[in-house]
Amino acid sequence: MKKFATKILMAVVAVSLFAGPAMAETIKVGAILAATGPASFLGGPEARTLEMLVEEVNANGGINGNKIELILKDSAASPEKAISFAKQLIEEDKVLAIIGPSTSGETMKIKNIAEQARTPLLSCGAAEVIVNPVASYVFKTPQKDSYAVKKIFMEMNKMGISKIAVLAGNTGFGKAGKGQLLKIAPEFGIDVVEVEVYDKKSNDLSAVVAKIKANKDVQAVINWSIVPAQAIVPKNMRQAGWDVPLFQSHGFGNIKYVEAAGAAAEGIIFPAGRLLIADTLPADNPQKGVLTNYIKNYEAKFNEPASTFGGHAYDAFAILMAAIAEAGNDRDKVRTAIENMKNFAGTGGVFNFSKEDHNGLDIDAFQMMTVKDGKFVAYEK
Amino acid sequence: MTSELFIQYLLAGITYGSIYAIVAIGFNIIYNATGIINFAQGEFVMFGGMISISLLQFMPLPIAIALAVILTMLIGALIEICFIRWLKGPSVLRLIIITIGISILSREVAVHIWGESIRSLPYFVGNEITSIPVFGARISPQVLWVVAVSALMVVALGIFFKTTSVGREMRACASNRKAATLCGINTANMVTLSFILSAGMGALAGCVMSPITYSQYDMGTGLAIKGFTVAILGGLGSAGGAVAAGLLLGVIEAFSVSVVPLAFQDAIAITILLIILFIRPQGLFGSKEASALKEF
Repeated sequence: MKKFATKILMAVVAVSLFAGPAMAETIKVGAILAATGPASFLGGPEARTLEMLVEEVNANGGINGNKIELILKDSAASPEKAISFAKQLIEEDKVLAIIGPSTSGETMKIKNIAEQARTPLLSCGAAEVIVNPVASYVFKTPQKDSYAVKKIFMEMNKMGISKIAVLAGNTGFGKAGKGQLLKIAPEFGIDVVEVEVYDKKSNDLSAVVAKIKANKDVQAVINWSIVPAQAIVPKNMRQAGWDVPLFQSHGFGNIKYVEAAGAAAEGIIFPAGRLLIADTLPADNPQKGVLTNYIKNYEAKFNEPASTFGGHAYDAFAILMAAIAEAGNDRDKVRTAIENMKNFAGTGGVFNFSKEDHNGLDIDAFQMMTVKDGKFVAYEK
Repeated sequence: MTSELFIQYLLAGITYGSIYAIVAIGFNIIYNATGIINFAQGEFVMFGGMISISLLQFMPLPIAIALAVILTMLIGALIEICFIRWLKGPSVLRLIIITIGISILSREVAVHIWGESIRSLPYFVGNEITSIPVFGARISPQVLWVVAVSALMVVALGIFFKTTSVGREMRACASNRKAATLCGINTANMVTLSFILSAGMGALAGCVMSPITYSQYDMGTGLAIKGFTVAILGGLGSAGGAVAAGLLLGVIEAFSVSVVPLAFQDAIAITILLIILFIRPQGLFGSKEASALKEF
């Protein structure tokens, strides 16, 4: 009898050993996000979005019957932590792919690590250098900053503005944007007459606003930043009684910044993804369904407005899941699946990846917007 | 430079300066009572702002601010009683490390309660675009609130320390703790009181500056560094010195924008601090004899 029981046990073990790969497995996905610290306004919504999506996917039976396991690491926007987490995720946890980091600076530090370990990296950082030059395993979901710059300059050309002042935050996003603005301005016949950089911990910027205002040539101001301090600029400008057009970057696309700037936010013009005006999109827009669905679920679960930043993580996750559904649990096949993905409607735009383009979005992913009565609306002249 | 621009810079400088001074005064109160720098001072400012913003949903602004100040004073007392009071003859270094720990702890608590987003109180008068003309330049009415509240605090503190018996006991405790104990003053209670006072000041500062600077869970560190610079510059322990040094630093920072890029603003502040420390190590308004008696 005892022998018989042992045999059965052995048989069970043997069957489960051989049947293992064919049965449902757990696919590990890593994420490095700045859920706390100075970039938590990016990483916070991103981390919450991922947690929500993983729950959703697993509740619906996973991808092809395989459960997804999210290993979320909080880098607090520190590049050093991002590096060690990337190594840990790749070498110890052996994840299939990594979503994040939240910031461009961190992404650039781990770009090579992901590339050498042949692990797909789907960054939520905005800077163009992440995908230019292209690294075969590195992708990014936010729109390129150069398109945002061009979109602003096109609008300025229409308005007949040729002399501008640039104010930028001293973060990776601000520096990259300032570089793009100065580089692209001549192409549109625009002259940047004043450039200033402000600290991300600024308390008040009325002195520098007074300085720029004293230059009578300035016809418009571009305030390029992604940190909360950007909301101080419109306040100080309007308090100084200065009413030239104020342009901001897609980093302004968070309703909290509008609330922070209050009445001073009215009339700010900026390019951003369509998430902010999802409810006013026509029903035939390919992004409409994705956007309204994401916003509804996110706001119901976390009781805070959805932001374009959380949307970047949504896109990264959705793209990765689509690739896994097609290619299975294999790093190289998943990478190829992402690179060949076409017409994928996400929150940031319609993605068309290729060998040369690991961002997949074109300039139409941006829409010019403005603030009216404390809300984002499409900008129309 | 036109006179209009000159005045605009001056007003900007006064805005910065009042904010720095108001934080520096908090440092000074605890320094006077204990001889240490409380690096969690910036967190008192943060708590004041954040608590008042949360309370505002349930009550009018003045009551929300008053209650936030009282709650932050309780937090100050609690911190002193839990972390400092029971220590027997602690060294200055140990106390400083403890306050740094409290500062980190407070930030973590705040991020769990309020999250990482920025909030602000509404402008007390008008809104984000209201401004009053001053000699051709323009200034937000909120700046006047900050200036008035800091001025009021300095005067009130002066009266408290000079005329009330508790104020005199605190000063006695500050100049010589052992002698004060021998005279029957309960020095431990004086230290708790100093934490309560500086928490209250910090909280009030956090409320009045919130519409201008916004409130965020990690705003304390930046403010503490500037407030600390100003406290040293003015001479540790001197409230009047803190105001003068705060305004001086603020005005220099504002005018520096006209000569060098904004990015160098902080470098200028630190350079001035270093120069003054070389020439007058006791600070602009501190007395040499007094600083020689302190450990730190």
